[in-house]
Amino acid sequence: MKLIFEKSQAGRRAGELPRYELPSAGVPEELRRREAPRLPEIAEPEIVRHFTELSSRNFGIDTGFYPLGSCTMKYNPRVNERLAMLPGFRDLHPHQEEDAIQGALELMWRLQEALIEVSGLHACSLQPAAGSQGELTGLMLMRAYFADRGEADRRDTIITADTAHGTNPASVTMAGYKLAKVDTDARGNINLDHLRELVDERTAGLMLTNPSTLGLFDEHIEEIAGIFHNAGALLYYDGANLNAVCGISRPGDMGFDIVHINLHKTFSQPHGGGGPGGGPIVVRDRLEPFLPVPAVVQEGERFRLDYDRPKSIGKVRGFTGPFGVFVRSYAYIRSYGPRLREMSETAVLNANYLLARLREVYDLPYDRLCMHEFVLSARTLKREHGISALDVAKRLMDYGFHPPTIYFPLVVAEALMIEPTETEAKETLDAFADAMIAIAREAREDPEVLRDAPHYRPVRRLDEVKAAKRAIVKYGFEEHLDLGDEPAQSRQLEAQRGA
Amino acid sequence: MGYLSLTERDREEMLAVIGVASVEELFRDIPEGVRFGRELDLEPALAEQELSRQLEELAARNVDTSKELSFLGAGMYDHYVPAVVDTVLQRGELLTAYTPYQPEMSQGVLQAIFEYQTAICELTGMDVSNASGYDGTTVAADACYVAKHATGRTNVVITEATNPQVRQVVKTYAPGFGLEIVEVPHRGGMTDPGELRRAAAEAACVIFQQPNFFGCLEPAPDLAAVANDAGAIAVAHVDPISLGVLEAPGAYGCGIAIGEGQSAGNYQSFAGPHYGFLAARNEFIRRMPGRIVGETVDTAGERGYVLTLQTREQHIRREKATSNITTNQTLLALAGLVHLSWLGPQGLKEVGETCMSLGEYAKGRLVDAGLELLFPERTTFKEFAVRVGRNAKEAIHDARAQGVHPGYALGRDYEGLDDAVLVAVTERRTPGDIDRLAEVLARR
Repeated sequence: MKLIFEKSQAGRRAGELPRYELPSAGVPEELRRREAPRLPEIAEPEIVRHFTELSSRNFGIDTGFYPLGSCTMKYNPRVNERLAMLPGFRDLHPHQEEDAIQGALELMWRLQEALIEVSGLHACSLQPAAGSQGELTGLMLMRAYFADRGEADRRDTIITADTAHGTNPASVTMAGYKLAKVDTDARGNINLDHLRELVDERTAGLMLTNPSTLGLFDEHIEEIAGIFHNAGALLYYDGANLNAVCGISRPGDMGFDIVHINLHKTFSQPHGGGGPGGGPIVVRDRLEPFLPVPAVVQEGERFRLDYDRPKSIGKVRGFTGPFGVFVRSYAYIRSYGPRLREMSETAVLNANYLLARLREVYDLPYDRLCMHEFVLSARTLKREHGISALDVAKRLMDYGFHPPTIYFPLVVAEALMIEPTETEAKETLDAFADAMIAIAREAREDPEVLRDAPHYRPVRRLDEVKAAKRAIVKYGFEEHLDLGDEPAQSRQLEAQRGA
Repeated sequence: MGYLSLTERDREEMLAVIGVASVEELFRDIPEGVRFGRELDLEPALAEQELSRQLEELAARNVDTSKELSFLGAGMYDHYVPAVVDTVLQRGELLTAYTPYQPEMSQGVLQAIFEYQTAICELTGMDVSNASGYDGTTVAADACYVAKHATGRTNVVITEATNPQVRQVVKTYAPGFGLEIVEVPHRGGMTDPGELRRAAAEAACVIFQQPNFFGCLEPAPDLAAVANDAGAIAVAHVDPISLGVLEAPGAYGCGIAIGEGQSAGNYQSFAGPHYGFLAARNEFIRRMPGRIVGETVDTAGERGYVLTLQTREQHIRREKATSNITTNQTLLALAGLVHLSWLGPQGLKEVGETCMSLGEYAKGRLVDAGLELLFPERTTFKEFAVRVGRNAKEAIHDARAQGVHPGYALGRDYEGLDDAVLVAVTERRTPGDIDRLAEVLARR
């Protein structure tokens, strides 16, 4: 398919602007644009067709089942899209005076209250733009908290699990902390003996996902919290897997002090092919003074933005956060109300059902009931038939399913991480299980069909090594290299680890 | 209630296959002591129709720009968003997809990002753009992180005429990055290159905004030259909608160009979600934060697109990654691409020229009405500062009583400017709107 730039014709255009009889204003010669940017010159009908064709080459939840582990790909309600586009939300400027934004502030305040209740903690900031920014903000809060206690220089280390999302260690580095990694034990819990060795007076805190990226709830979470709190350290909850436990177990009750919540996962902000998201953080009362400014507060019947927080870490994003995301997530929470628990129960039921149907066909590294997701391994297929998790993933595409997350978490070889979510029907789960079973049979009987998969997508397997080596990251116009003229060499993919 | 699909019968059959008697039993691994023993105390569940009414009531309590004649800007602008943007963004295949980890399932998003990267590189004159950052503030912090590692230096210089929110976010990130922030004051609404030179000596990067927060044009080529002479990376924070009339940062020596993308393709939406962009010269490509899409071929030799240079990223490199970013703002960046395609090079130039002409007209009308421009010597783009002859917050409040929001009170961020209002004039304001503004603010 052609790039939009390859459809461009000099002199063609879409948008027209109103014209006013006004003198033109001059730009000083040295600041004036000399060469026009080569934006597409294209008429409006072709713009619509171009992006419609692009969408036909893409797969979303609206297209089909999308069990991408750790990403919580649940249905995105259409009413939420309509509500986020109400002019009273869509056309609102963040610098308007407080009397003009009462509805927006009230919505944010109500969302904060809901997130506080679900987390079992005390104060919330909606400002962080995504889960990873929530993580970084949480670590900044730890630094500020310990600085306030005169312990900042001493406490320089954060502990993460070896099953952690890559964002955890990356956030630790960005926040200026040292990293220590704790092992997972044979049941998929944190190795407590190893943890006790690691925690000392230099420990600032723990970052943990619970249930973990293995889809397992840590059976020793109370002991873990005790180890950190006895050492004067803090616990950070990576809320990526909160969809498993809403109304069932709250991070604050588990002993966590800081939580981030992925609004684009648990609370159904559409992920848009890579974003936007939302990463609010919720904290225990002793951390509240350090939250980003401004805070959204209620005073009587009114709501206002409070900048008077002398101990605040400052701002991590512009204004008060991604408001459109808040509208959608608040609407999602209101569609369940107190019965949010049923959302999580159903997510866990769906996952366990799929696990039960697949456990005899693929390897199961941790033989327990799962929470909202589970991790299988294709290591037997790999050993006996040379079929990898990647081959299974690519073949699933031919059956009309988005593949699970693969090669993550790192502690499981040939990992297939499957998260069905609560919105799927039993028939869909059955069809997916049937496909996984059929693929395992194909691996024995006709492995080539897997190695060559996918067969029915707009493209065949793509050469990621070549992409990284040549790094063609924009269209080159008249000098554009056509890689299609070169023979495809490597089929090895650079990396596929998700979430 | 909610969006669940299972029937009671489904549940029973599924529990039987799992081999448990109840849903409750699925949670047996959760220790008794941390189980939540009551119902969540949340507002009651609403049917779609009730939900709509509830949120419509909240929305109606806001005074949006259709109810008030608004000249507010200061980083968020009321530019026209063409209908095709809404149409494309509501395509479910794009809206409801995750990050394109599986390229064969995601050619639509991947090609769109590749096109977005091309458009941003064309606007900024850079070699490589990422697939977006969170907003125009966080990309400034990202640029500092790139500069620190590229230069080995730990000072960041940022001009005081840069958007205060951008400066605040950079300062929040700085302790973790191990960076010291130095701010260089403005002189009459503009940065003095000589003064910048003294501050930039040991800097990792020099960040300035063009046009700056006051709407004034900086001597950008001189500022970039100061940075380059000091061995620092010149970082221009630019408004995409200005780049049809203003020179591209790559053409005057910048190493990195960043900015808030809202003005291209995004509604104001009470400040988000929007997108930030970060583009750089080739030498920084392996230090860039965030997703980058690259072109490749499939096993049949056909052209296709993949996420590339992933060894920079957190899911591969973990604690050694160039950033922790994963979710970004792809859908809003796509809106930017659609808007820029709709405008084309000529349309983009015309938007810029229209904003400037309307701005000049507004300055003239306000001066005629007895007001004084704060920086009368400066060329401005779509925003300018004017003294209203009294406390600006009060003047704004009074003007609103007449249905006009004149702009942003600069005293919120700058000492001694309590009587100054920053007025933004986009192509959506008409000369008649501006006449009305002058009438409401008139001092004579």
